[in-house]
Amino acid sequence: MLTKRIIPCLDVTRGRVVKGTSFSDLRDAGDPVELAAFYYEQGADELVFLDIGATPEGRDIMVDVVERVSEQVFIPLTVGGGLRNTQDMRRMLGAGADKITINTAAVLAPGLISEGARKFGSQCIVVAIDARRIRDDGMPEWEVLTHGGRKPTGVDVIHWAKQAVDLGAGELLLTSWDADGHRGGYDLELTCAISELVTVPVIASGGAGNLEHLYQALASGKADAVLAASIFHYQTYSISQAKEYLAEKGIPVRKAAT
Amino acid sequence: MIAVIDYGAGNLRSVTNALVKLGYQPMVTSKPNDVLNAAAVIFPGVGAAADAMDSLRESGMDGAIKQIVSQGQHFLAVCIGLQVLFSVSEEDGRHDCLGVIPGTVKRLPPGLKVPHMGWNQVKQIVKHPIFEGIPDEANFYFVHSYYADPDDAGVVAGITEYGISLCSVLIRDNLVATQFHPERSGDLGLRMYDNFLKTAGVKR
Repeated sequence: MLTKRIIPCLDVTRGRVVKGTSFSDLRDAGDPVELAAFYYEQGADELVFLDIGATPEGRDIMVDVVERVSEQVFIPLTVGGGLRNTQDMRRMLGAGADKITINTAAVLAPGLISEGARKFGSQCIVVAIDARRIRDDGMPEWEVLTHGGRKPTGVDVIHWAKQAVDLGAGELLLTSWDADGHRGGYDLELTCAISELVTVPVIASGGAGNLEHLYQALASGKADAVLAASIFHYQTYSISQAKEYLAEKGIPVRKAAT
Repeated sequence: MIAVIDYGAGNLRSVTNALVKLGYQPMVTSKPNDVLNAAAVIFPGVGAAADAMDSLRESGMDGAIKQIVSQGQHFLAVCIGLQVLFSVSEEDGRHDCLGVIPGTVKRLPPGLKVPHMGWNQVKQIVKHPIFEGIPDEANFYFVHSYYADPDDAGVVAGITEYGISLCSVLIRDNLVATQFHPERSGDLGLRMYDNFLKTAGVKR
């Protein structure tokens, strides 16, 4: 049986891992290469690196980080943040990334999804969607945000998720802007709505504060994978603890080295 | 010498990183002559079957791969590498492939998420040195939307459940092919590369 994936996320700026609340107020959480190796040893199923500074200098540093990580970490690596075209994608894939994630660039030019999928294969193209709840009266609606959560677009998340998959996205990384960094749990309605809508895997992101939250996103949220940052970075829980907990509750997971 | 076939696509870096980590010195090459003289040949792959076939034909590597297999060189094919060994792929139409293994590459059945992406168990149905030190039902990392269906069930060495029972490891003589990515499957994936190279008699 296909197992559910636990994916630590490393938000990187100027070569350091940071973590904030609702995309701001950053705290230092360590060296990306060391953290990646640590999570690999613990049994992480994949790793996601997001360059949240998304400057040209930041991108050079990220290439170097990805190169060094891929020499010692043998699980899939997804890299994103500020990738604007297929040359940027090619550079990250060449450095050792297996998948790239695009967000703002895809909203501004959706053709980038199909172009990337054609050049590198759909399995490489993860479309990241930052969603903010704009209606909450039993008929929830979410709006797509771009530019690291700073810019509302007026685009409906359900509509965009469907379009992204039609264009060739192989996976969606769905982040609740409202929940991110608050450690109060994932937006389960959002996660479930998108998971049931699309035929590709969905990674739930934003809001993990404890292991029950991971369980909820996979069980009632129907996500294929959960992404979390702070609960792992600050060693509130280890990856193996998370997997033990999920396995006890009947979620299929891969234990380290099995 | 270990040759890693470069055909313009594929995740070469993660494969070579895995081999270097194990202490081997792989050579990445797009020259048919290099692979024909190698003690072990690795054929990695991601992307689409038709594109892969086009690149292989352009470089003359298509003929070299057929020759490698017919002369019994140690050969390991991964993911798309496995799929293009078949007669035909139904990915985006119907494309003739290398025809080394009689059979068809088909779309995964509807009802489950596609791509089949993530860690899934491989049931070992033959005893073979490639599985040395790897527990039965161990997890490996998959990412694919099509699966290979061989005419001869005798080549199936490992099976994985995803809506159907799909052939996740195929072995015929010195040819080993995996639908999953050993280079993305942690320590057990590295172990599989090591097993392959030991079988081929390659020294670190």
